[in-house]
Amino acid sequence: MTTSALRFAHDPDFGPPETVLGAASGHGSGGPAPKRIVVGYGFWIFLLSDVIMFSAFFAAYAVLFKNTAGGPTAHDLFDLRNTAVETGCLLASSFTCGMASLAVGQRNQKWTQITLLITGLLGLAFLLLEFHEFSGFVARGAGPSRSAFLSAFFTLVGCHGVHVSAGLLWLGTMMAQFYAKGFRQDIRHRFLCFSLFWHALDIIWVAIFSLVYLVGTLPPELLP
Amino acid sequence: MSHEVDYEAGSYVGDDRVPGEPAAEEHSLGREVRGYVLGLALAVALTVASFWAVETHQIYRPGAAVALLVLAVAQMGIHLIFFLHITTAPDNANNVLALAFGALIVCLVVFGSLWVMGHLNQSMVPMDQLMQMQR
Repeated sequence: MTTSALRFAHDPDFGPPETVLGAASGHGSGGPAPKRIVVGYGFWIFLLSDVIMFSAFFAAYAVLFKNTAGGPTAHDLFDLRNTAVETGCLLASSFTCGMASLAVGQRNQKWTQITLLITGLLGLAFLLLEFHEFSGFVARGAGPSRSAFLSAFFTLVGCHGVHVSAGLLWLGTMMAQFYAKGFRQDIRHRFLCFSLFWHALDIIWVAIFSLVYLVGTLPPELLP
Repeated sequence: MSHEVDYEAGSYVGDDRVPGEPAAEEHSLGREVRGYVLGLALAVALTVASFWAVETHQIYRPGAAVALLVLAVAQMGIHLIFFLHITTAPDNANNVLALAFGALIVCLVVFGSLWVMGHLNQSMVPMDQLMQMQR
């Protein structure tokens, strides 16, 4: 089909000539969006609903922050060095996940597997550090049943940890799929969803380390 | 004809884009890597600033919690732009609208809860008096 025929099939008032060629413009003109865009949008909606679920946990934590029932407070418990290392692991794994998506774009099997492996190992290091921290709290008698504050803390941070664990399983299956089936289009779409998921987990961690750990270790008289 | 598109037979087969979209080769790999590195550098800088803001006395101390909130929001923005590639491009308009709606709900849930619970706490009978009344 020639471009002029396409041009007649379309109202030219709706966009510049590029959109006449069939690509969706996002403003109601052009043909259907490519599947990559549609898949990404659908998964983005899921991620936002997940973020809204986390916001409810954040709200519960903020409301219950001072209800320590005479037990340990955030100021007594949190070790910022541990938090800093966890943050570094997750940020670096977010970066290597970005590198993996570039390697997938280049159809480079070796670098895809290497960058995904590093991503997974950094995620695993994060999980081990978090588990170590949690078991230390429980050993000091600061388990989730000690106070409302600790229940809210373990629910919020533990829920993020559960997401990271699920992400690691997903990452393993993505590596296997790229290895066994190559860079098929549907597998690349799955990987797009995975990378969105992994980056979104890092965004939630930014909120957790800033608002839970850092604000929590401020001297109590500085808190609102 | 101002716009010529090369419709070579089979050139789009199995490739995930529609005619008219820029070819994959046009995003050079080096530029994309630079984008991620810049995002990482900004995120690291904001993270370091957050950890610094806890300790420092350079910031007005009672404002430290607000500074941490601002730094966190800034870092989330960096992640959204450089890692999740939320842009102002037309094919991203739906994503941006969904994000705006999500942000609205998050603000309603968090600040709404804090507001309501704060007021409830204020108007509640103090715990010792409550125990007296239950006797």
